Amino acid sequence: MIELSHLGRRYLLGDSEVNALDDINLSIAAGEYVSLMGPSGSGKSTLLNMLGLLDRPTTGVYRLENRDTQNLDELERARLRRERIGFVFQSFHLLPRLSAFDNVALPLMLAGISAGERQSKVQQALAAVGLMDRAQHRPNQLSGGQRQRVAIARATVMHPALLLADEPTGNLDSRSGAEVIELLETLNASGITLIVVTHDPNMGSRARRRIVLRDGRVTEDVYQDAAK
Amino acid sequence: MSTAAGMTLRAQLGFAWVALTAARMRSVLVIGAAAIGVAAVIVLTALGEGARLYIMGEFSQLGSELLIVLPGKNEKGGGPPGMIFESERDLTLQDTAALRRLPHVNVVSPLSVGSIEVSVGAHSRTATLLGSDNTLQQTRKMKLARGEFLPPLELDSAQAVTVLGPVIARELFGNASPLGEWVRLGERRFRVIGVLEEQGTSLGQNLNEVVIIPIANAQALFNNPALFRIMLEVDNRSRMDNVKQNATRVLKELHQNEEDFTLITQDAVLSTFDAIFGVLTLVVAGIAAISLLVAGIIIMNVMLVSVSQRRAEIGLLMAVGAPPGLVLRLFLIEALLLGVLGAAVGVLIGRLGVLALASAYPDFPLITPLWAYLAASCTALGAGLLFGWLPARRAARLDPVQALMGR
Repeated sequence: MIELSHLGRRYLLGDSEVNALDDINLSIAAGEYVSLMGPSGSGKSTLLNMLGLLDRPTTGVYRLENRDTQNLDELERARLRRERIGFVFQSFHLLPRLSAFDNVALPLMLAGISAGERQSKVQQALAAVGLMDRAQHRPNQLSGGQRQRVAIARATVMHPALLLADEPTGNLDSRSGAEVIELLETLNASGITLIVVTHDPNMGSRARRRIVLRDGRVTEDVYQDAAK
Repeated sequence: MSTAAGMTLRAQLGFAWVALTAARMRSVLVIGAAAIGVAAVIVLTALGEGARLYIMGEFSQLGSELLIVLPGKNEKGGGPPGMIFESERDLTLQDTAALRRLPHVNVVSPLSVGSIEVSVGAHSRTATLLGSDNTLQQTRKMKLARGEFLPPLELDSAQAVTVLGPVIARELFGNASPLGEWVRLGERRFRVIGVLEEQGTSLGQNLNEVVIIPIANAQALFNNPALFRIMLEVDNRSRMDNVKQNATRVLKELHQNEEDFTLITQDAVLSTFDAIFGVLTLVVAGIAAISLLVAGIIIMNVMLVSVSQRRAEIGLLMAVGAPPGLVLRLFLIEALLLGVLGAAVGVLIGRLGVLALASAYPDFPLITPLWAYLAASCTALGAGLLFGWLPARRAARLDPVQALMGR
């Protein structure tokens, strides 16, 4: 599903170049559950953004579902983000002026799906995260855990193949964090490829595969028994 | 497989509308700024155009065959007539009689003007008194509603008859016919022989509120032989220059060879005023354009701030699959809606302002020229679009990850 070869990302920081990612070689199969770990500045978020086509590599090749992403134009990249990739952010990134329903409907609206079809798909997605009764609430009327569940519904409403989560529990208390993790794992169990960036060793240990980054390089890539 | 994002126009409009209504303060600011600018242009150009039309209307009623003699010399020439010149020798009935002997002249009307108390029994009011003779009907293009105009008389023979303006007739006699009735003008009594039709103003005189009597009676009433004007009607426009020269020569002879009078024609007056008020309208429009510019700067600032505040939203839209072109279009639609609303509210306020002025000054023609509406609305729309588009384009060009982080 995902193949990275010699992937690098350099930034210019003032006069000096920073290697956020340096010669990454990875292959991730469909349906895997991967945790990306490492200290701050290790490049794990950069890698996740790269996988989600939010950022472009400076060097190397990223193949997603057997397509070299380097040759895609902006329209095609946008279409892949819309149809194949779901993104969950640490700070939720919900639009405050829209209800939970409309936030979840956003990708459908961008894809030009009719209002009737949107209605049923959004309801399904909200039901899957257990928030049917909060559909008309604005984000500021929801708890942090609820907000992240709305964001997960938004990320999955288009039934993507790949779900990327950047510290999804970073802004949550442990109980809502646990709920969010469970939700993500349920989605993974139903076939979606799940990649989670996390600081939390507990969470990292739950994934079947753990990749650790340091200074932009992969220092550890192990398959582990699913805890519990 | 199609790669274009298929978001429907309806959905795009809805999205932009929600963004507008959510940021109420910003929308009100932008719409208000645009509206004030547009309204200023509409009201100010209406005033400029109105002033021009008013003056043009006054003078175009004269008819292009008319030559007017004023006492006093306008040294600079070409300027508007008025009270600024000193009269050295009065215009007299002798002048009038001499002008009547010129070739190519149809009629010559003497005119004296004053203010007088008109009364019938207990009713009384002040009116403008015009002293002239039967030719005035032709030179001033007066129409009668009832009765007759002044009878043909020798210039120096008096007869106590009068023709009333319709407003005066109505105020003094109500709906009853005033013909044959007597009115008191100052100390003397006159018999009403005619009533004018309703008519606008002419040469600054509201013809609805005048009282007309023979010139000899007027001179006696005011105890003053000086004339206010002498008006000549030329038989053919092409003879105007010829008549003007002859009139100048004849009058100079009568005035001890001094040119202490001024001849004006409608064409000369109209072209002078047209030029003056054309410039005035442009100046006023320029002032209005400055207010529009200020509005544009306000719009620019508000839009700049809002787009940078909404970088994260742009990033999110791209992250959930909106191509940069669509993001740009969403912001453009939002800016367009703001611009359209601003222009519409501005046109509305401007129209209301013009209507309010029109009801306060009913005689003043207030017409905003179409170009002012178009220019003001287009400027407001353009400012909204430009200043919505520029920062949004910059944001949409970023990689989503940069936009997401609000950079």
